[in-house]
Amino acid sequence: MKSGSTFTPSTLRRRTSFTSSPYFVYVLVSPLFLVLLAYVIYPLFQTFIESAQIDGSFSLQNYKDFFSLGNSANLEALWTSIYISVFSVITCGIVGVGMAFLLERYEFPGRKILSVLVMVPMALPPLIGVLSFDFLYGKSGIIPRALQALLGLDQVPFSLSGIGGVLVVHTFTMYTYFYMTASTAIRGLDPSLEEAAASLGANRFYIWRRIILPMLTPAMVASALLVFMIAMASYTAPLVFGVERTMTMQIYLSRTNGDLDMAATQSTILSVVSILFLIIMRWYQNARNYQNMSKGVSVHRTEVKSKVGKYISMALSILGVVILLLPILVLIILSFSEDGSWTVEILPTKYTFAHYIELFTDSETWKPIANSLEMSSLATIGNIIFGVAAAYAAVRLKFKGKTLLDILIMVPWALPGTVVGINLIAAFSQPNVFSFNQVLVGSFWIIPLAYFVRHLPLVFRSTSATFMQMDVSTEEAARSLGATWWYSFRRVVFPMAFSGILVGALLAFVQGIGEFVASILIYSADTTPMSVAIFQRMYAFEFGTACAYGSLQMLLILIVLFISQKIQGNSNITI
Amino acid sequence: MISVKLDHVSKMFGTVKGVEDIDIHIRSGEFFTFLGPSGCGKTTTLRMIAGFYYPTEGRIMFGEQDVTYLPPNKRNIGMVFQNYALFPHLTVFENVAFGLQVRKQSKQEIKEKVDRALKLVHLDGYGNRRIDQLSGGQQQRVALARALVIEPQILLLDEPLSNLDAKLREETRVEIKRLQLELGVTTIYVTHDQAEAMAMSDRIMVMKNGVIQQVGTPQEIYNRPNNEFVASFIGESNLLEGIVEEIHDQQIRVRFSSDWVLTGLQENVAPKTTLTKGEKVKISIRPESIREAKTEENGENIVRGKVALSEFTGVSVNYITQIGELQLKSMFINLGNRVYQRGEELALSIPKESVYFLG
Ligand SMILES: Nc1ncnc2c1ncn2[C@@H]1O[C@H](COP(=O)(O)OP(=O)(O)O)[C@@H](O)[C@H]1O
Ligand SMILES: [Mg+2]
Repeated sequence: MKSGSTFTPSTLRRRTSFTSSPYFVYVLVSPLFLVLLAYVIYPLFQTFIESAQIDGSFSLQNYKDFFSLGNSANLEALWTSIYISVFSVITCGIVGVGMAFLLERYEFPGRKILSVLVMVPMALPPLIGVLSFDFLYGKSGIIPRALQALLGLDQVPFSLSGIGGVLVVHTFTMYTYFYMTASTAIRGLDPSLEEAAASLGANRFYIWRRIILPMLTPAMVASALLVFMIAMASYTAPLVFGVERTMTMQIYLSRTNGDLDMAATQSTILSVVSILFLIIMRWYQNARNYQNMSKGVSVHRTEVKSKVGKYISMALSILGVVILLLPILVLIILSFSEDGSWTVEILPTKYTFAHYIELFTDSETWKPIANSLEMSSLATIGNIIFGVAAAYAAVRLKFKGKTLLDILIMVPWALPGTVVGINLIAAFSQPNVFSFNQVLVGSFWIIPLAYFVRHLPLVFRSTSATFMQMDVSTEEAARSLGATWWYSFRRVVFPMAFSGILVGALLAFVQGIGEFVASILIYSADTTPMSVAIFQRMYAFEFGTACAYGSLQMLLILIVLFISQKIQGNSNITI
Repeated sequence: MISVKLDHVSKMFGTVKGVEDIDIHIRSGEFFTFLGPSGCGKTTTLRMIAGFYYPTEGRIMFGEQDVTYLPPNKRNIGMVFQNYALFPHLTVFENVAFGLQVRKQSKQEIKEKVDRALKLVHLDGYGNRRIDQLSGGQQQRVALARALVIEPQILLLDEPLSNLDAKLREETRVEIKRLQLELGVTTIYVTHDQAEAMAMSDRIMVMKNGVIQQVGTPQEIYNRPNNEFVASFIGESNLLEGIVEEIHDQQIRVRFSSDWVLTGLQENVAPKTTLTKGEKVKISIRPESIREAKTEENGENIVRGKVALSEFTGVSVNYITQIGELQLKSMFINLGNRVYQRGEELALSIPKESVYFLG
């Protein structure tokens, strides 16, 4: 045997024995856990420490203050948050499930267009959705003023404000969660079940009560939990409609007032509620699910035949289309309005193209766009690296702690953006190992890090969905042809999962572009992102520029949705 | 029990034809089967009887009652679906009880009837199971119990065995037939499996492209197929085309080639078909009706050829014999006779009464 050969039996054996040892997999997954530890667990823990410490020693005083009846602001906020969330669940449930039945089960004039537009609220960045509602239906909104002028009233006949406004906005932006799950569930309902019931003598009403509703319950409970969680985390709507007594607003106010201990306490309590809901949701998803017992069945839509029914459904469709499109329309109109040209009139009086030109020519105005693009890109790159590795580990590797990995990745998604912001502030206001001995708060890196954390699950989920559909044997075939693990990952696994990765990455990117809730807590003058700029311009009464930013965000989202749809259409990935 | 009459029923789906001019009378207590390849309109016909579709033309009668446009929940039918359509959120007991609860029967009565029904399908003790805890065959029987417990006037089954494996299919087939005989319920059965249809039915309706091909008892359908489709769809058959050479004294002579002539009987001509001398005619000969002839035997229905394929299955010996341009399939019960090999000469005798003239 030649001594110079690299592949002597002994080196080969040593190598194999190392990589095939049962502990090798932990070497592979430990970086993933390290990242989660550093940027999810540690910040969460730091916030808790801050809340449970006064002058360096352990104390529950902050919690006593929170729950004390003397200063009821906190308790009131908790209560308001909860009841806003409960009502949001109810209204979203009614609208979402109603829409799903209407669009899945009935054929009427206008159904096609309505079923496309029904998803519009998903395309609105959070801040934009709320602002457009304020423009449209707020105290000095277009619709109330138009009605006032039309009916010759002294005052506006109605306007959205306070908790009512928050609820309307929640309904508009969150019913889609109910709509999506309900329409999937309705499509998954095997029509032969209803026929079986009918053949046994049951009438429509009985079938609804005994078959359809019980079978939809799992989907509805799941969406109810989701909407509750999202409503609890809602920050923008209370901010714009001036409801200060909600948990998220209280956290924001404590932070801006410099009461960091209280902010940490409030954050911790909100975290507990959110994580609790996450756990309930995961537990519930593993509980029973009745869908897809038989595949490939299609329901015939009942045609609305009577003349009256036709007119009513047509009128309602038009109303639906108008309501769904108005937010976009108003945003576009206002983006062309001259600043200061809209005071007491119904619509702005002067229009200009200047805001769009300004966006790309004025360096001051361009800066937030550049910031957003740069920071979101950085975060997305991080998400891709982490998400692909984690998805591969979760789907393909066997190791203890898989469920933990899964849950840890979902935690940042369950945490309200406000809480993520507070956590990062708590963790990275001082230098530590995880920040490579830098103070991150106030630096450029804190916002990309926040985006990375908030959008952690997106690439992970889309990629693991593709991995799950991928046949393991393709990878094994590559290995059997002599490819190393890395080679087969590069040449086989990654290209095959590419579409899934891309869909998740695009989603993470646009979410970063639209992110507002965490950004508002941690931005600095140099790193102002687009959403914060919109907010600032709004309060400087520069509606035109604000809406031009918003239109740009919306355009980006639409492009991304379009590309994702194309990709998903081609390869049937579901996220 | 009740009879079912389809009076010139047609169904169009928009411009797509479902079925056309179905005109049958199913007798009270009969086991009647719709047989045909997939897409021929069996389900469509069944669903019109159930009330899930309304006919575009024609009427449907249950006994003396016109039910053409009666909604399904008012028809008192029991239906077993191809995928069983069991309610996944209800237990076995609740599934079977469903139809009785709809009929507002008392708890006591429901319990008794459900227990009896479960016993009937050998599922006593399974009442508290969830549906997904049952095997395919058990689910099948729950579906059957659910349909039968309401004491329907008519039992409708749409390919109820197609999701079971071969062995279970045979067992369940016997079971369904037993229940039907025991209860005497008028039964309409849909299948694309001709063996199943032959084994179970009192009468069979053979369909193709939405049109009836033949209605008759299994024997009639098998022995006296109306046309080429029926002959080839049910069992194996030699389908040959020849020229009518002579019609004389209730006998018909057909020529296939210069040295091959067969004689058949006038009574074996398909209904509504008249043969004329010099015209083409299609005939069908079942492989098992062909006999082996002695080498020295000679006669008008004896042909000789070379064995092109010889197949020993245990039960039988199957041959394909080359006769000039034509091939003839034959099947002999294995009685320990000599098995001819490929290339050997074989003499075959075709009984006159086994030659069928198709329409
Ligand atoms: N709901 C429907 N809409 C349109 N065409 C249908 C519908 N149901 C059945 N058909 C058509 O009618 C024909 C008969 O179908 P079906 O009765 O289901 O056949 P089978 O049960 O014999 O397989 C087929 O060509 C099928 O495509
Ligand atoms: Mg069918």
